[in-house]
Amino acid sequence: MAKELIKGNTAVAEAALRAGLEAYFGYPITPQTELLEHLSARMPEIGRPFVQAESELGAINMVYGAACTGKRVMTSSSSPGVSLMMEGLSYIAGTEVPAVLVDVVRGGPGLGNIAPAQGDYNQIVHGGGHGDYHMLVLAPASVQEAVDLTVLAFDLAEKYRNLVAVLMDGSIGQMMEPAELPPFQPLKTDIPDWAVRGTGGGENRVLTSINLDPPAQEVMNLRLMKRWQEIEKNEVRYKGYYLEDAEYVVVGFGTAGRISLSAVRAAREQGIKVGLLRPITLAPFPKDVLDELTEKAKAFLVVEMNAGQMLEDVRLVVRGRKPVEFFGRMGGVVPYPDEVLTEIERLVDGPLTTEGHPRDRWLARLSETIG
Amino acid sequence: MQQEVIIAGFGGQGVLFAGQLLSYTALDEGKEVTWIPSYGPEMRGGTANCTVVVSDEEIGSPFVKNPTAVIAMNLPSLEKFEDMVEEGGVLVVNASMVNRGVERDDIKVVSIPANEIAQEIGSERAVNMVMLGALLGNLDLLSLDALDKALDNHLPERHKKFLPMNKEALRRGAEYKTEAVEPA
Amino acid sequence: MVMTDVPAKIVYERPEALDPRVTHYCPGCTHGVAHRLVAEVLDEMGETGNTIGVASVGCSVFAYNYFNIDFVEAAHGRAPAMATGIKRVYPDRTVFTYQGDGDLASIGMGEIVGAASRGEGITVIFINNANYGMTGGQMAPTTLPGQKTSSSPTGRDTKRQGYPIQTAEMLSTLEGSSYIVRRSLHSSREIRRAKQAIRTAFEVQKHGLGFSLVELLSTCPTNWGMSAAGARDWLEERMLPFYPLGDYKISPAVAELKI
Repeated sequence: MAKELIKGNTAVAEAALRAGLEAYFGYPITPQTELLEHLSARMPEIGRPFVQAESELGAINMVYGAACTGKRVMTSSSSPGVSLMMEGLSYIAGTEVPAVLVDVVRGGPGLGNIAPAQGDYNQIVHGGGHGDYHMLVLAPASVQEAVDLTVLAFDLAEKYRNLVAVLMDGSIGQMMEPAELPPFQPLKTDIPDWAVRGTGGGENRVLTSINLDPPAQEVMNLRLMKRWQEIEKNEVRYKGYYLEDAEYVVVGFGTAGRISLSAVRAAREQGIKVGLLRPITLAPFPKDVLDELTEKAKAFLVVEMNAGQMLEDVRLVVRGRKPVEFFGRMGGVVPYPDEVLTEIERLVDGPLTTEGHPRDRWLARLSETIG
Repeated sequence: MQQEVIIAGFGGQGVLFAGQLLSYTALDEGKEVTWIPSYGPEMRGGTANCTVVVSDEEIGSPFVKNPTAVIAMNLPSLEKFEDMVEEGGVLVVNASMVNRGVERDDIKVVSIPANEIAQEIGSERAVNMVMLGALLGNLDLLSLDALDKALDNHLPERHKKFLPMNKEALRRGAEYKTEAVEPA
Repeated sequence: MVMTDVPAKIVYERPEALDPRVTHYCPGCTHGVAHRLVAEVLDEMGETGNTIGVASVGCSVFAYNYFNIDFVEAAHGRAPAMATGIKRVYPDRTVFTYQGDGDLASIGMGEIVGAASRGEGITVIFINNANYGMTGGQMAPTTLPGQKTSSSPTGRDTKRQGYPIQTAEMLSTLEGSSYIVRRSLHSSREIRRAKQAIRTAFEVQKHGLGFSLVELLSTCPTNWGMSAAGARDWLEERMLPFYPLGDYKISPAVAELKI
């Protein structure tokens, strides 16, 4: 299939549909609305359910219900809407049913704005809903990757009976890039054994997240955690750029990652041996490769469109063995490559330290710039 | 090889479509391309702009601070983007909508009465194509023939009757040549 | 006395749709009655093997333990949304929610209004017992003016705590709702009428006629602090005047329905 110029939100919607999305439930919110709008036209066209819910609470619980039938289902939203969905996400995790969520992140906290941001990292990667559970989190940096990861999201959700989030920011949703859409998959015909389907006579199935007996609930928690270990073992994905001889390593995901790529190239032109590690799965986090890089690299620069949320995951792996610095912009402000380049140069010029917290140093620098 | 173009103007001046046409052309020519709009409330009645990056390799940032070229369709766009054009780059200014000269002397400036030209060839709505033509006549980015082909392939069906006018607009714009400025 | 040879005939048994187990409901509580009526109707319609139930949060949180049908358990208030998700992917299944008053008329008001206004083809069994039963008898959106509960210890003061919500009346104003009625479970006569309404509600769904809801006035002797008989009397004397029984919405298509 040839590449076409397509907007990120539209591409994700069409990719989901072609991946066999059987029902979509959502609520309008910028900057993800084109995704909902595309499916509002396409789903009925091919005879599949589309419901614009009364709220994000309604949407995620419709997904919950439909997910209990074992069909491919999804919802999409942006930061404030995803906050409302946290309740449902925890229930879905607690019931061990597969579902896909797309979060097109915008500037926050609160109503914030509709500009691109990555401030939902902690909410999506480290929970958000109550209780012990993990979502698999995929972070595309381009429209093509958003397409590919959307298809993958459904496969992973089903494989592990686990929630999968596609975490992208507003710019990927709004951007047009050439992308090849996936082939049209037929709807699944096999119903998983655990799924409700309307059966009586002692064969009936019950799907619930309640377990009043703590030891029994603990067994369930253990199952979830073991499954997560398996996911950590099998599903780590990342992309490396110029890492072979890199003395300095920039770590950034999604749009911050590709902005960093421009900065890394500019630095290479100056003869700086710098590379880029762009995590594609934020959960599971690519710890092993980062650990290997810690052995080789002189220092790290973490770049995010937030106040340093993934930074903490990087620091957990690096564990003070090498200096880690941070650069971020917040609230919907997108950094330009030259800002990142300046940070790379700062890394090279030093002095570098493993003392203190990189966020404190960054905040001090940023305060001088934006007051 | 990478070039970046910011196209800015009032909503309704065809800013976003001009950027998309450039992107379609780049795609058809086998290049990497990103198109990103300024989105949201500022699009309603205010200024709109989009950034197009065309490259031979995987594109890093779709956001560009100092683009190779800027098309300023009106005065607010000139105010906003004049200082951002990369040294030695191209600034195309719609002289019909701007009442001052360009201050930069380290860039190539193409000042073109795009509204008048568009009217001459049939409709002010072709102003975006005149401006785009003026850019391509002064920047080695993509050929007019390639743009023609992209117009044939991607102009929405309901606008197909405007094809000849759009192609003429591109050519009339491209006739406005400006000498390259030697970087200081 | 002459023994005549009368053949034995089963006149009353546990519905197939109910599991043979003892419920956790309090003595005198009408949840058991409501469960049984739903089960009988599903059996009589031949729908027991074609139904998915959605339990809610409240005393009936474990309803799925008592029904012999597929069930899911919703988050508090979200049962109509969950049922929507199921019904949309399984339009030929019978899908119902079983919700209490706190669940439906307080925390879940958005979801029930959304489902009703969309004309979602689900059936809602709505238990109104004028308090939050599971958490120990707090004031509910349905608690009557002056009624004492554990969170309105001096009686519901309408100046401070507002007025109860008349759910059936309210939902009946929505164009999307097709069958909205209120019945009561305080006497055998009313129980029979309630069963007829439940049957109609499920028939509305079976015939694809849209959203159906049966509000059932119910007793909560434990939290009301009454005997089972006293609770029945209290329901009749206090609840009926504020929550009149009746048919609040019969859409023209439902009126044509022959059962």
